[in-house]
Amino acid sequence: MTVARAAGTRRPASARLLALLWPALLLICLIPGVLSNLFAPLSAGIAPDTGGRPLWQLTLIHLQLVLGAELIVLLIGVPLAVFVTRPGRAALMRLTETITGLGQTVPTIAILALAVPTLGLGLPPTVLGLVLYGLVPVVSNGIAGLLAVDKGVLDAARGVGMTSRQRLMRVELPLSLPVLMAGIRTSTVYNVGTATIGAALGAGGLGSLIINGLSQQNTGLVLIGAVLAGLLALSLDALLELVAPGGR
Amino acid sequence: MIELQHLEKKYVNETSGEIFYAVKDLSLVFPDGKITALLGPSGCGKTTTLRMINRLIEPTGGQILLDGQDIMAQRPEDLRRQIGYVIQQIGLFPHLSVVQNVATVPDLLGRPRAQTRERARELLELVGLEPGQFADKHPHELSGGQAQRVGVARALAADPPVLLMDEPFGALDPLARDKLQEAFLDIQRRLQKTIVLVTHDIDEALRLGDRVALLTGGELAQFGTPNDLVRHPESEFVRQFLGEDALLRQLAGLTAAQLAQPGDATGLPQISGTLNVRSALSVMLGQRSDALAVLDAHGQVQGVLTWQALEEAG
Ligand SMILES: Nc1ncnc2c1ncn2[C@@H]1O[C@H](COP(=O)(O)OP(=O)(O)O)[C@@H](O)[C@H]1O
Ligand SMILES: [Mg+2]
Repeated sequence: MTVARAAGTRRPASARLLALLWPALLLICLIPGVLSNLFAPLSAGIAPDTGGRPLWQLTLIHLQLVLGAELIVLLIGVPLAVFVTRPGRAALMRLTETITGLGQTVPTIAILALAVPTLGLGLPPTVLGLVLYGLVPVVSNGIAGLLAVDKGVLDAARGVGMTSRQRLMRVELPLSLPVLMAGIRTSTVYNVGTATIGAALGAGGLGSLIINGLSQQNTGLVLIGAVLAGLLALSLDALLELVAPGGR
Repeated sequence: MIELQHLEKKYVNETSGEIFYAVKDLSLVFPDGKITALLGPSGCGKTTTLRMINRLIEPTGGQILLDGQDIMAQRPEDLRRQIGYVIQQIGLFPHLSVVQNVATVPDLLGRPRAQTRERARELLELVGLEPGQFADKHPHELSGGQAQRVGVARALAADPPVLLMDEPFGALDPLARDKLQEAFLDIQRRLQKTIVLVTHDIDEALRLGDRVALLTGGELAQFGTPNDLVRHPESEFVRQFLGEDALLRQLAGLTAAQLAQPGDATGLPQISGTLNVRSALSVMLGQRSDALAVLDAHGQVQGVLTWQALEEAG
């Protein structure tokens, strides 16, 4: 308990530096020419063509897609977790847990394929897919975090005269935040990967490098897309861990 | 003053339809400024009774008056902010500092922050925690005894006239429990709160209670001073529950100072006035003396404890 707490409030400087390693590496890779020269041998000696758009722009689009979807995930997921964990909603909570559990097993491509006929191509079906996938860890961790709040603490909160809203804002949410944050991290990192598939629907981003690379049989291009997506995922994970409150 | 009138809490089993009374036709008055112990075996309805007083549980019958007012006339949250509440699990907010924990109720009442913090520090002092050392600690850095002192300080923060305590010393080791009980009695002598103290520990009830309400099966078995219960048990249950050694236990709850009388103390073995009478008795037997000199906190003789006084008490 003490150890986890100390790690949470006062992370050693070395850990902070390490957390900045991945973002730094990502930035280096975004310097024009760095990756394309690195992977030139895999593209028949020619620096792979990234389709006219600089890599940093594709990465930025990707990042916007992921973060935008994550924002929607939070706006839906946190209230949902709160709603189903209120007293008298045990059945609804079990149902939600079952659905989120199932959600993990449905392949991404299936959701995207099902969304296209109704939403068309491009951004809408991609965002829908990202939101649905992103919701799974946020809702399940949100529920787990809220359920794990010590019953004695909750009883005391009621006993000192907090309203249900005050209990939620002052006690339950702060105490479940570490678990919730872990869910947010998982959700964000997963969605960096899921968003690459969105490129198949024309949502743009780093996935378009992979798709173009595959269709042109240009391994270098595929690798550039994959390396950047990987570094972006690791960077977001590291940065989110840095801002996350420590467990106690 | 808290008055329970024909208080009842029944639970209906959803599958069998069976009715179970956790508390049944309970009428009691908790006198102002006194500690009333709610004593009884596990499952007899002590916690249920206590939690009905601050509406954490709603009664199914009867009523509760607080200073003559029906407690149902207020919003439960408003009622609870006027009633201190201390539980066995302590329930400090782990993400808040000690001083923030203590300031919870005044904060909820919207009192000015600076004043609230100042008051919280005074309360820490009152419960025996040096504010400079403890104010900014977090609950996980405290021992069980220290944490429960903070729990008591939090309950007292808004200066409520009434304090409800559910086995507040139950989770502590015997040494910490003894110290905290002592500190608690000392605080109560100064503050004179109306306290309802739930316990299943007979010694604790006899030691701390000005009055004892003994419950069994959700009903009142006997209500009176510790002396009444020990000397005049009204039923076989009361006698058996208190046990054969009830008198000795009660002596353990009295201090030498309480039984000391004026008299000539020259040449007598000396004991501290805070020593309990059972221990004083063993000093008498060990020293083969039928009287002891009782000293006050400054080492001055405050009286004489005689064998005869013990006989009268026991
Ligand atoms: N929500 C409930 N539903 C059914 N029975 C309950 C409920 N809460 C308490 N009881 C029962 O009421 C009785 C009194 O409980 P309680 O007041 O907690 O006893 P104690 O004297 O140990 O504090 C116990 O037998 C307990 O099982
Ligand atoms: Mg109990």
